[in-house]
Amino acid sequence: MLHIVNKSPFENQTLDSCLRVVGNADGDAILLTEDAVFAASKGNTNESKIKAVMGKVKVYALWPDVEARGMQDRVIEGIKMVDYGGFVDLVAEHSNCQSWL
Amino acid sequence: MGEEMTEATGGIDFEDEEASGVVKKFMFVNRKAPYGTIYALEALEVVLISAAFDQDVSLAFLDDGVYQIVKGQHTKAIDVKNFSPTYRALEGYDIEKLYVEKESLDQRGLTEADLLVDVQVMSSAEMAKMMAEQDIVISF
Repeated sequence: MLHIVNKSPFENQTLDSCLRVVGNADGDAILLTEDAVFAASKGNTNESKIKAVMGKVKVYALWPDVEARGMQDRVIEGIKMVDYGGFVDLVAEHSNCQSWL
Repeated sequence: MGEEMTEATGGIDFEDEEASGVVKKFMFVNRKAPYGTIYALEALEVVLISAAFDQDVSLAFLDDGVYQIVKGQHTKAIDVKNFSPTYRALEGYDIEKLYVEKESLDQRGLTEADLLVDVQVMSSAEMAKMMAEQDIVISF
């Protein structure tokens, strides 16, 4: 399942909720979009949580949202960047999606 | 003359304040990241409007608000206006008091060098004092 998170981890519990349940099924992946891309930046207080989950599932971030927020030079190593086309591919490749609204 | 003015302003008499030139301390508190919501842009609009009224204006950046003034924002791909250069133009409107809470920067792995404007970085305790000094605090 593709888990999509779009809220800032500093304002909202959705990333934590996602990380709590993710990785317990084969083929789980996380896509960070909009303000959730802040979780993908080096040195933020969520970095260790993200790194921990990267051992179990693939973590992606939406490049246009990363770049809009000036985070492009500080992305945690190992997080894969996708553009809008890549976003569509991820949705198509996974059996289903969960948007953590 | 006095009666005419009252009528022209919808019954509200501004005459006293205008005569005495009251300048109040306004602080705009920014706590939201840019682009994800409209708050940051709306705050900036109100700040620019306030500049026309010759008031003592300051901006505070806390929590995700510090992301508003991070360098290197490129919004072409999300097709949204990049309003971050506007913060650098505030100086031209005599808005030079930009306060940033250090704790918010630390939580986000950011330093003053990552910001696109000159700011005064301060602790939460100092920020609390700064807020307490204001006549009016407007929160976004």
